[in-house]
Amino acid sequence: MKKAAKRFLKSEFFFHYKKNLPAIIGTVLIGIAIFVALFGRQLLAIQNPYDLTQIDLSNSYLPPAWLEGGSWQFPLGTDNQGRCIFSAIIYGSVSSLTIGICGMSFACLIGTTLGLLAGYFGGIVDGIIMRIADIQLSFPSMFIALFILSVVGQGIDKLLIALVLVGWVTYARTVRGATLSVKKMEYIEASRTVGIPDFLIIIRHVMPNVVSSVIVLATIQMGDFILTEAALSFLGVGVPVTEPSLGLLVKNGFDVLFSGLWWTSVFPGMYIMLLVFGINLMGDFLRDELNPKLK
Amino acid sequence: MFKYIVKRLAQTIVVLFVVAMVVFILTNYIGDPAAALLTEEATYETIQEVREQLGLNDPLPVQFVNFIKDAVRGDFGNSYVYKQPVLQLIGERMPATLELVGITALMTLIIAIPLGVFAGAFPKSRISKLIMTGSILGISLPTFWIGMMLIYIFSVKYGVLPASGRGRTVAALGMQLSIFAPGGWRYLVMPAITLSLAYIATILRLTRTGIRENMKQDYIKFARAKGVPAGSVLFRHALKNALIPVVTVFGINIGKMFAFTTITETIFAWPGMGKLLIDAIYRSDRPIIVAYLMITSVMFVGINFIVDIIYTIIDPRIELR
Amino acid sequence: MGEKLLEVENLRTYFHTFGGVVKAVDGISFHLDKGEILGIVGESGSGKSVSCFSLLKLVEEPGVVEAHKISFQGRDLTKATEKEMTKVRGKDIAMVFQDPMTSLNPLYTVGKQIEEMLILHESGMNKEQRRERCIELLKAVGIPEPEQRLKDYPHQFSGGMRQRVVIAIALAANPKLIIADEPTTALDVTIQAQILKLMKQLVRERNASLILITHDLAVVSEMVDRIVVMYCGKIVEQGPVEEIIHNPGHPYTEGLLASIPRLRKEQERLDFIPGMVPNMYDLPKGCLFAPRCKYCQEECKNTMPDMVEIGKDHKAACHFIQNLRQSKDGRKEG
Repeated sequence: MKKAAKRFLKSEFFFHYKKNLPAIIGTVLIGIAIFVALFGRQLLAIQNPYDLTQIDLSNSYLPPAWLEGGSWQFPLGTDNQGRCIFSAIIYGSVSSLTIGICGMSFACLIGTTLGLLAGYFGGIVDGIIMRIADIQLSFPSMFIALFILSVVGQGIDKLLIALVLVGWVTYARTVRGATLSVKKMEYIEASRTVGIPDFLIIIRHVMPNVVSSVIVLATIQMGDFILTEAALSFLGVGVPVTEPSLGLLVKNGFDVLFSGLWWTSVFPGMYIMLLVFGINLMGDFLRDELNPKLK
Repeated sequence: MFKYIVKRLAQTIVVLFVVAMVVFILTNYIGDPAAALLTEEATYETIQEVREQLGLNDPLPVQFVNFIKDAVRGDFGNSYVYKQPVLQLIGERMPATLELVGITALMTLIIAIPLGVFAGAFPKSRISKLIMTGSILGISLPTFWIGMMLIYIFSVKYGVLPASGRGRTVAALGMQLSIFAPGGWRYLVMPAITLSLAYIATILRLTRTGIRENMKQDYIKFARAKGVPAGSVLFRHALKNALIPVVTVFGINIGKMFAFTTITETIFAWPGMGKLLIDAIYRSDRPIIVAYLMITSVMFVGINFIVDIIYTIIDPRIELR
Repeated sequence: MGEKLLEVENLRTYFHTFGGVVKAVDGISFHLDKGEILGIVGESGSGKSVSCFSLLKLVEEPGVVEAHKISFQGRDLTKATEKEMTKVRGKDIAMVFQDPMTSLNPLYTVGKQIEEMLILHESGMNKEQRRERCIELLKAVGIPEPEQRLKDYPHQFSGGMRQRVVIAIALAANPKLIIADEPTTALDVTIQAQILKLMKQLVRERNASLILITHDLAVVSEMVDRIVVMYCGKIVEQGPVEEIIHNPGHPYTEGLLASIPRLRKEQERLDFIPGMVPNMYDLPKGCLFAPRCKYCQEECKNTMPDMVEIGKDHKAACHFIQNLRQSKDGRKEG
């Protein structure tokens, strides 16, 4: 373990990472977001904004602490129900990250598996999987998710299903392509002739060749899913109003924006932006680093 | 060429058929149309009567065949809320959306490609790094939030731009457009910026990657060995090759723009199809949802077709088969 | 003969990479006469291609080119600006690349790509003249129906035909020197000889010079007037082709010659050079060839040998050339 760590610290990857400021900023942002999501509710949150006994209507629409009328009791101000925006962001970020990570993981698992199967075995399996992918890819994913949710209704579980249904295609496509090109290599042919079972060939020889593309795709998709979740919740078809969500917070803020109560929407939106920005900075670094075409 | 078009048309019909089926089956679960048409006090008998009239008591396959028959004739029924033919409603809203998407697409190309070429040609320059970091920010911004921030700054705080609506429109290019109306651009500018940011970032990044990858190819080195000056190598040789993937992605992005107009139109109260759809979803106005999906499907398939044609024009290696 | 077209002195091309500095070309000097055909021979990674790209200043980052002198027709190219170099490239010195599949731009017709050369370097020509010239060139390189084929795209040509197109492009502006970087490596064996013969004939006809880069000593011996042998970024031997083939001075050249298969001779097995090309990040201290050399002595491991004159116009860099010769003569007698 120690040896592996040492080798990593000496690798070209780490060498480039150290010199890449955006990647470091990305790591820091992701680190903060994960910390906030894991421990924020216990350590940072001032109140549980979704517990009706803890909020007080008389505190509604207080501005951020540094403005006139604000107090440090609610550092980023309060919304129409007197909820602390700061705490609401912490609670909302948990759902954003959970949806992003879970959605991405399921989509990645399903997409990669289907892509490997389609690429390795070809034939009917490949035909069916790729036709579905083709049809699905001719429609924007946001659109499909919107449609699914408008039919099945709101809910975090339903949102996850929609995202996975939309997201598996990218992996399937990429992994299938990579598998096809690896399959043609002579060493795969050789492994087959000596009778190594297919699943072992896939795990030992095909997987390592597609892993870097999958990592890059997964990183980018996570940011994308967080944005999509926020957008769908903003439209009122994603997370139900009773659950915490950054997108819903922005939506609530939108209703009072014209009265000049900007803080209710600015801060939650900014948090989404920083979170996704961090993930995308990391994804960008990984893509440049793992893309052999540019080396 | 003729063979290709026929083949493509057949594919299109299959795709649309699949889409129609999925849409039909799934929308069956959105509310009860009969209940939506009647008041809350309607008795069970009247509901049954209306269901019978609408053909809702027929078996599903029969309903589907009727649905397809009507759809082909352009009849998607009447909206439950507006009590008007759905196709007419969408037709009225379509120019607004087309205008918004058109302007956004144009803006995207004009801004993204030059920036992408620059960042690809001089990857080490400070400006390139700024462009690239900016583009990551661009894909990380929640669309709806950007729209709101623009409204807050330019409409609420300084009051220089209108926050909602389309303003006056004039007839141009066969529809009602506001860009040609005096001051019409003031209504368009914020929605177009909101909608375009993400695509500018995507296209810019893709152009840059294409340029960088192609600049490493042998044919670029050969062009340089021919004595082609650096500028021509970039624009005549590398850019054209780099644009091949850009065409595909841009086609996909136009589709995405249509999808995201739902958000932009909601924020700016832009009277287009997207807003119509969102309102219809809130009110379970099934005919509108169905018609919207079918019409946009036809549009997406059309866009893909156009992209394929453009493809063959720039890349001689691809044959339409 | 005798009039010098190109003189290179102490050319160095270093790549500053993550793992350290790679001395791809390390202080090579050679010359080329007018009308002469020079072969540069070496294994892959010996720096033969990089040295030629360095002449045209076509080395990309992180490579850095330095030279004492690169004199072409009496003009020092080390001082030429990028803008001046674009006038040299193609016009004075043209190149033919290794892989014809990738060296043509897939999106332009063959005619356009030849014409580009004429637009750049023959500004006096009008459109009609350019077209005629293109047809003439395609005819010269042996492409049938040149009028029709002008309108075709690269992917519509076979590998051998594409390389002919590349040669036509190289010839278009009547350059004084053509550098061909392994022009036949990517082609079928049967086509290789055709292409080489064609190049030789075209170069001779036009009284141009040719630098032929190859790893194949057999190819070179039939084509060229003089040979430069490179190993790990350095020249180990150079001289007229007859001298090198029949009287190699450097053990590396000797090894290369011994590893050419001969059809007529009964051979139990092919000779080969033992060992591997050293790691470019970690070169030996003394003679670079020492770890693989069968004559290696203590001195070879510690000091780098200098180039010494061993015959008329024939130089080699080895500490033990005389001994090497003697032992070979001894073998012949015995």
